Amino acid sequence: MEEKIRFTLNGKKTEITTEPNQTLLWVLRNQLGLTGTKYGCGTGFCGACTVLINREPSRSCMLPVSDVAGKNVVTIEGLSRNGKLHPVQQAFVDHDALQCGYCTPGMIMTAAGMLLKNPSLTREQIIEGLENNLCRCGAHTRIIDAVETAAKEMQGGK
Amino acid sequence: MKKTDIKTQESSGEEIRNGMKRRNFVKLLGGGIFIFFQPLDIFDLKDSVLPQGRSLTKDYNAFLQIAGDGTVSCFTGKIEMGQGVITSLAQMMADELNVPLEKVKMVMGDTDLCPYDAGTWGSQTTQTFGPAMRAAAAEARSILIDLAASKLGVPASQLEVKDGFVVDTKNPGKSLSYGSLANGKKLERYLDVKPAVEDYSKFTYVGKSYKHSDARLKVTGQAKYTGDLKIPGMVFARILRPPSHGAKLSTVDVSGAEAIKGTQVVRDGDFIAVLHENRDKADEAIVKIKAEFTFNELKVNDKNMYDRMVGADSRVNVLRTTGDMAAGSEQSDKIFESEFLDPYLAHTSIETHTALAKLEGDKMTVWAATQSPFGLQDNISREMGFPLEKVRIITPFVGGGFGGKAPAQQGVEAARLAKMSGKPVMVVWTRDEEFFYDTFHPAGVVRIKSGIDKSGLIKLWDYSLYYGGSRGSDTIYDVPNARTTAYSQNMNATAIHPFGTGAWRAPNNNANTFARESQIDIMAAAAGMDPLEFRLKNLKDQKMIACWKAVADKFGYVPAKAPGGRGIGMACGTDAGTWVAMIAEIKVDKSTGKVKVVRVACAQDMGLCVNPQGALIQMEGCIQMALGYTLTEEVMFEGGNIKDRGFDTYEIPRFSWTPKMDCVILDRKDQPPKGGGEPALITVGAAVGNAIFDATGARVYRMPMTPARILEAMKKA
Repeated sequence: MEEKIRFTLNGKKTEITTEPNQTLLWVLRNQLGLTGTKYGCGTGFCGACTVLINREPSRSCMLPVSDVAGKNVVTIEGLSRNGKLHPVQQAFVDHDALQCGYCTPGMIMTAAGMLLKNPSLTREQIIEGLENNLCRCGAHTRIIDAVETAAKEMQGGK
Repeated sequence: MKKTDIKTQESSGEEIRNGMKRRNFVKLLGGGIFIFFQPLDIFDLKDSVLPQGRSLTKDYNAFLQIAGDGTVSCFTGKIEMGQGVITSLAQMMADELNVPLEKVKMVMGDTDLCPYDAGTWGSQTTQTFGPAMRAAAAEARSILIDLAASKLGVPASQLEVKDGFVVDTKNPGKSLSYGSLANGKKLERYLDVKPAVEDYSKFTYVGKSYKHSDARLKVTGQAKYTGDLKIPGMVFARILRPPSHGAKLSTVDVSGAEAIKGTQVVRDGDFIAVLHENRDKADEAIVKIKAEFTFNELKVNDKNMYDRMVGADSRVNVLRTTGDMAAGSEQSDKIFESEFLDPYLAHTSIETHTALAKLEGDKMTVWAATQSPFGLQDNISREMGFPLEKVRIITPFVGGGFGGKAPAQQGVEAARLAKMSGKPVMVVWTRDEEFFYDTFHPAGVVRIKSGIDKSGLIKLWDYSLYYGGSRGSDTIYDVPNARTTAYSQNMNATAIHPFGTGAWRAPNNNANTFARESQIDIMAAAAGMDPLEFRLKNLKDQKMIACWKAVADKFGYVPAKAPGGRGIGMACGTDAGTWVAMIAEIKVDKSTGKVKVVRVACAQDMGLCVNPQGALIQMEGCIQMALGYTLTEEVMFEGGNIKDRGFDTYEIPRFSWTPKMDCVILDRKDQPPKGGGEPALITVGAAVGNAIFDATGARVYRMPMTPARILEAMKKA
């Protein structure tokens, strides 16, 4: 049965009516029109569907939307502020850290979440934190560089 | 561009092969200056079998338009899937036409707007399309100058083009923008282009590094891939699939699916699908269908397949031969015989095959993740009986292809479902479907018999490849007695590949390079020579020698005989017209057999490099992707059942695998541009295999080189 679910989405209070077992991924993409969050495997193995839930990187493809009731959800569309890219987004552009771009939103959300928790990540910690996000084009080396740059930027208080 | 190479004709409004008059492109796009051109060599294509209803003799494969607002658009059936041609082609155009880069727009992969193109593959876009596009731009430039000459009343020789303007050199205040010259015009030219090597020193954009022009769209989530589209009334489909290849539907009960509110079940024979406006509901409904299948399972599996290949009744084709094999044996002091095995590989783009189809009246429009929009148009036309001009394929951003999206079965499925249901239908393959219906990199066997004389010169090279594809099977080394023989499917015999196979990034070149360069290493070790010294001694190809010098320098290579315990290995090869040499350094955990690739240096001669940064990114991507086929990737199957259906068992490269990469592109501005999307992928397997030998003294003859296979080889060593 459908019910009302309320949560904060990209800084705005949001209320949707849906069956509670619908996945957050498809509610975001199909009902709320936020298609930056991608479907890659549907089983939590690739990370293309990563969003932040209460500042924690989370896979949205297997998560019932009812689980985010009352929580704070940020998607790739909510990361930049007033047209200014988030430091991780900017670093991805500066380092050319993408090719086909399909895994990119999930990569950025994972990195942004990691940096929220610990802005002084080492290169090894960045690699460990991104380990379960898959990229087939092979942009890995530049993604690591980009997240390292973003970490430095964010430590600079920006 | 030499003017004499260009023949122009005024528009004749002649029919083109996809059923649309050329003038219709012009009508769709409004006014401006149009240059139609022909990037493909028609004489090469005449021998190939063309899709129905198409003939290429008078077809023009692309065109550019200068619009009244000064925008220069290039319309091509090529697509962007991460390889960066959306940027490099625009650079070429900006240079030749002398317009600011931001004025150039690429319109790609729309069958209504873009003329026919077979597909985006084989690292062909820059090398064949680019020069033709530049020739077309040169023609546009001369038209602009002619138009300006008559408008300004000065001789054309007095005019030059600069930043989107035609300027009077004697009176620099007098200038006309391209937009003003194109405005209100409908001027068409048709070029038969023979691109010539040009003076690259004049270029502003070509040869300089540009970042991906689509990066901002992609980091903000605004870039639209096929699955991101939504149109009114759209439903998601899930299709009933057989459990294995060759299984046939015997009984089916769809009532469970129909019981789910809002679900529509559609059926055409064995083709059964559930439709629902919510994807999760379609997922829920499809598993409620009760279906039984009959099996006629093949006996082949991932263990016995190699024996089947070498024992099969095959078609035998000698691809190349020089000298005499018996003489080669006589001249050899030592003879080496080896067998190398290469498995099936999956493409696993992170975006699965996706398509959205909409039927309006008698016109079918399909948005699809495909490397071949016109190929999909052909298939829908053939399978569903639509005339070509009633099928439009539009290609949004493609989330990776690697050859796997050359076939686009999902597009036909979406079109059939749209017709059956009367609704716009979105098909997004699950990861399971993506593995099951992949057209895998074909498995194969390579056998080599080779020999060296006492001085370490190769005298014999007898190379046989079974079922894997011949790309990259060139001998490369200077051998007086060499033969390459291909064993492939005999049409009258049992099918060797039990499921679909197709192109997988640098199709099978990795397997041939693995075999050849492992064998070279085996001989170098037997000759007691440093593997680089042995290679250089047997090479006459100056481009390859130059690549070796560059990569040895970049790596800081210190000569030593293998096995020396350092874990350093090397390999070279050619692909898509590009030469590549690579040195890798690895660590092997001798207790577990686990390999970590620490560092890879790679040098590449790809002719003129249009966008050095873009090319470096492709090299890095190739190296990273190649770690998969080298260390972990192989499709396990039993009969028609694909056992690997997800990333849980089919392991692709991850961040912790990433080696330090030192890539160098040789400066070859004097040479035409060659392919860059695949070459650096081919040498990784061999370089790592040779490094494993250097580290452990054990040689692995089978990819992927898993810990178990390495431990087994170490036991034998």
